[in-house]
Amino acid sequence: MRGNSRRPRLSPSSPGVKTRRFCTHGRQRECVKQRVEIHKLRQGENLILGFSIGGGIDQDPSQNPFSEDKTDKGIYVTRVSEGGPAEIAGLQIGDKIMQVNGWDMTMVTHDQARKRLTKRSEEVVRLLVTRQSLQKAVQQSMLS
Amino acid sequence: MDTESTYSGYSYYSSHSKKSHRQGERNRERHKSSRNKDGRGSEKSVTIQAPTGEPLLSNDSTRTEEVQDDNWGETTTAITGTSEHSISQEDIARISKDMEDSVGLDCKRYLGLTIASVLGLLVFLTPIAFILLPPILWRDELEPCGTICEGLFISVAFKLLILLIGTWALFFRKQRADVPRVFVFRALLLVLIFLFVVSYWLFYGVRILDSRDRNYQGIVQYAVSLVDALLFIHYLAIVLLELRQLQPMFTLQVVRSTDGESRFYSLGHLRTEERPCVDIVRRRPSASQEESPHQKPNRPNLDLGLLVSRTIRNIQRAALVVLENYYKDFTIYNPNLLTASKFRAAKHMAGLKVYNVDGPSSNATGQSRAMIAAAARRRDSSHNELYYEEAEHERRVKKRRARLVVAVEEAFIHIQRLQAEEQQKAPGEVMDPREAAQAIFPSMARALQKYLRTTRQQHYHSMESILQHLAFCITNSMTPKAFLERYLSAGPTLQYDKERWLSTQWRLVSDEAVTNGLRDGIVFVLKCLDFSLVVNVKKIPFIVLSEEFIDPKSHKFVLRLQSETSV
Repeated sequence: MRGNSRRPRLSPSSPGVKTRRFCTHGRQRECVKQRVEIHKLRQGENLILGFSIGGGIDQDPSQNPFSEDKTDKGIYVTRVSEGGPAEIAGLQIGDKIMQVNGWDMTMVTHDQARKRLTKRSEEVVRLLVTRQSLQKAVQQSMLS
Repeated sequence: MDTESTYSGYSYYSSHSKKSHRQGERNRERHKSSRNKDGRGSEKSVTIQAPTGEPLLSNDSTRTEEVQDDNWGETTTAITGTSEHSISQEDIARISKDMEDSVGLDCKRYLGLTIASVLGLLVFLTPIAFILLPPILWRDELEPCGTICEGLFISVAFKLLILLIGTWALFFRKQRADVPRVFVFRALLLVLIFLFVVSYWLFYGVRILDSRDRNYQGIVQYAVSLVDALLFIHYLAIVLLELRQLQPMFTLQVVRSTDGESRFYSLGHLRTEERPCVDIVRRRPSASQEESPHQKPNRPNLDLGLLVSRTIRNIQRAALVVLENYYKDFTIYNPNLLTASKFRAAKHMAGLKVYNVDGPSSNATGQSRAMIAAAARRRDSSHNELYYEEAEHERRVKKRRARLVVAVEEAFIHIQRLQAEEQQKAPGEVMDPREAAQAIFPSMARALQKYLRTTRQQHYHSMESILQHLAFCITNSMTPKAFLERYLSAGPTLQYDKERWLSTQWRLVSDEAVTNGLRDGIVFVLKCLDFSLVVNVKKIPFIVLSEEFIDPKSHKFVLRLQSETSV
């Protein structure tokens, strides 16, 4: 799922399930997304979020265990530390991060992603994530 | 004792009637030595005797292995009056066959040779005759020609010498095999040379001799042109006979029928060959050829070195290549290794009987099919037996091999090469290699015997051959492992004594009706008395090779990682 990095869309900060459409490289994909709001925790000098990311356009996408499509170079959540701010906010392992505070994360390098998440000036990050179980949940609710 | 040994020999022959004459002969040889049984490598003691070329374990093992059925007394055919020196019907037929072979061969072979040498002599003397005849016949009328002619004489002389050496090298080689057909290229060349020389003589006779030409230089130059043309024909001969066959075109897959050992050989271009003027043997290319190796002796087969059916053309050349390589590539054919599988197969079907309950009409094919189906379905444990038997055999061979290796190594320690300086102060007696071999042989003889017996190779190595080999290894300072290598693994046929080969007479069998040379997919069989080699001809595929250039600078690489960062 690719996003349009030039015009990030901001939506009202309401938790819940939203459906977006994105187009890049001639491929249009639809995916079910969720908003996650993480309040950073201060640990000494650093502000930590409590999860690890993997992926990026400069990485090898075939080694990503969480992606459905092995050519997907997006940013994925590879680990969520227990009791950390990410877990409290509802982030799960295997989530793909589409946006961070409005900035697109589907076509960024690994380092750029890290920088966007760890800006010292921001105490709250609002992520737009998607996961496979969301799609299934929506389908089930549509059927029932 | 005499009659006893003879009877067991012939009973073996009668009960296994399909065995070859050779085996019967060998048995008789072995049983002849039954009198000398005691000193011959028995279990109890080992004595070194004067070698007589007999197999090492002549009697004990062969008797136990060959006479598998114990009731040989009942199955003996009463060949009365036979002794070790009598000749039976089969022997007579065989001897007459040999005599016939030798007469037929020599005539044919030498005919071609005489024709070629007569022609060669004629050709060689022609330029000399051209040069010498005018001075002899009309010396007075000839124009004198000085240095030019002398120069031409020298060149003629050297060219003739070169031609002589080249012809000798190309044509007069010892024939490797006896083939009853004339190679077409040689015939073609001989005809060409003959016509050529005849035409030159014709011209010479009409224009020069009759008219008594005066220009001697012209005559000498004519002779020089003849020699030049002969040299060019020689070049043509090299290209046709040698160079053309070098480019590989076919691959022959040769499989031995008894144990499936197979090899691949490359073969060059082969040409069609004309029918020879004399057909020595006419054989009908029918299915009956398959039974021909075991024909009764009263219809003698003309078993030449290579017997060619009437309709086979030049497959013989491929067969020659195969046979020449067979002796050096294939391991020696050991009939003792095959007996086990035959007995297993016999046991498998032996326990079944078919009863016909439906009436007197017996359907033969139905019966055999029923038998096969029943045999396949019954739950016998023959596979189990085979597995354990083979495992046991492996274990036994390995154990005996270990003992053998240790015994040989210990024996070799005792032998040391004496340096020249030390010869005066030698501690023990000084021996030559043969004596040294005889000195250390007893300590390893028993282990070697047992090993050979276990691997069923004992009839290929006589005590004399072992002693010879040991002396050879000692002379050349070989290690014990080098000495043993010959006995640990079966080697190619050439390594062994010629009498033990069991494969010197071959027969070419093919069912090709019309051939135009070797083709892809032809199968022919080279039959020997005990086994056969099935040859499958495959064409080497046409190879299309294309070229691609890669700039060395274009080799660029990226490092792909999957890094994980915690935020």
